Amino acid sequence: MAEAKLAERPAATAGAEVLTVKDLQAWYGESHILHGINFGVRAGEVVTLLGRNGAGKTTTLKSVMGIIGKRSGSIRFNNEEIIRASSDRIARKGIAFCPEERGIFASLDVRENLMLPPTVRPGGLSLEQIFTLFPNLKERLTSQGTKLSGGEQQMLAIARILRTGARFLMLDEPTEGLAPVIIQQIGHTIARLKSEGFTILLVEQNFRFASTVADRYYIVEHGKVIDGFANSELSANMDKLHTYLGV
Amino acid sequence: MQALYAQLLVGLINGSFYALLSLGLAVIFGMLNIINFAHGALYMMGAFVAYFLLNLAGLNYWWALIVAPVVVGIFGMILERTMLQWLTGLDHLYGLLLTFGIALIVQGVFQNYFGSSGLPYAIPDQLKGGVNLGFMFLPIYRGWVVVFSLVVCLATWYLIEKTQLGAYLRAATENPTLVRAFGINVPRMITLTYGLGVGLAALAGVLSAPINQVRPLMGADLIIVVFAVVVIGGMGSIMGSIITGFALGVIEGLTKYFYPEASNTVVFVLMVLVLLVKPTGLTGRAA
Repeated sequence: MAEAKLAERPAATAGAEVLTVKDLQAWYGESHILHGINFGVRAGEVVTLLGRNGAGKTTTLKSVMGIIGKRSGSIRFNNEEIIRASSDRIARKGIAFCPEERGIFASLDVRENLMLPPTVRPGGLSLEQIFTLFPNLKERLTSQGTKLSGGEQQMLAIARILRTGARFLMLDEPTEGLAPVIIQQIGHTIARLKSEGFTILLVEQNFRFASTVADRYYIVEHGKVIDGFANSELSANMDKLHTYLGV
Repeated sequence: MQALYAQLLVGLINGSFYALLSLGLAVIFGMLNIINFAHGALYMMGAFVAYFLLNLAGLNYWWALIVAPVVVGIFGMILERTMLQWLTGLDHLYGLLLTFGIALIVQGVFQNYFGSSGLPYAIPDQLKGGVNLGFMFLPIYRGWVVVFSLVVCLATWYLIEKTQLGAYLRAATENPTLVRAFGINVPRMITLTYGLGVGLAALAGVLSAPINQVRPLMGADLIIVVFAVVVIGGMGSIMGSIITGFALGVIEGLTKYFYPEASNTVVFVLMVLVLLVKPTGLTGRAA
């Protein structure tokens, strides 16, 4: 397969923090879920939030996306405060979200699902580039979105946010419930996107998978970030990690 | 035989109104999750706007076909922004009660100024007269109503099922939060959708003015049957509302010919039967 450039743009300068989260608190109705989350993501990085079920990882992504009703603290994206912004405005600033449940629409066919998110910036992937990454989708364009297999649905959910031109992607457990061969394909895709300069914030339960793609990790527990380290420090932190994740 | 064809035509015309109104109700229910009891009052307002345009501004029927849906649509959007939007997430009952209250107020105001008897609205010159089809005499205006309604219904179906805007609408019906997180201003889309549904009702009102006169309670009489149509057809499908609307008009017409005593109840009998066999309606999806 030709290694065509996915998008003709220079990789963002590594080092500058694109997302900075400070003392983020969030509530679902009356229940207080996040108790002061602090972390940052630098341009071009793949950062993974690890933690047990219910620790607050998904809620953190949803808070950044603006789809948690009540939140406080500070979320800065490209040096702009977005904690008060509505989710449609946040999306237009260049953040794209792939939810855990994938959110494929049953009343739309595959093509409509793929074309649904509007373009927020120039420089998104063309359909041709998307079909190079996910050849399966091309053959299923007229199928109902939810008739796809789990793996295909996950690919569709990732593919559709690559079209929009957003350079900051948040993927919530993209490997959940998928066969190893598909997980591998998703891993390749993430690596590929990183090499193209995308910045990715990943939530994962599957630590093995995360370790193949992540630059850095943050550990979330009881609604707080309790630790963080780089992939290079992984082996030194293995024992701690086992305690945190209970594996 | 003449009488049968005449009743079939009446049925088709009523079916046109049923289809336009139930289509609007289905679109509104899909997006706002509100059972819009104000629909009949807004249909009536469409007819009154046509009447005012003609008598106060000198704008004829053709203008009314465009202006009335826009005016009433804007009125609907104001209702949505100021009242209906606050019902998001509440039980259906609240939307039903609020829109029922709005309908009573609107109808009450019009009754206060115009009484209950009908105001005449003349058939436009271009559509006067009729043609002899050999087996029956077809008044041109009635033929026009059926054809024009069908065209509007199909255009609405196309808009919702085949365009990008329609894809946003269908997606937002399923998962408004995610659609908004893709960068689409869903609250604005909801307002416009209500405007669209209400505009269709107003359009039906304009079409009906030359046939049924302009009366404050014209919508109240019609909306009960339209709700039965919606229950029979099911809320889930656009094409379902259109087909059910026309079909029930025709069934009503046939009943008038074969067994006139049942013509006012046949729709409700069918509703009961459908509810017994398939509670989500003929084309509806489970909630």
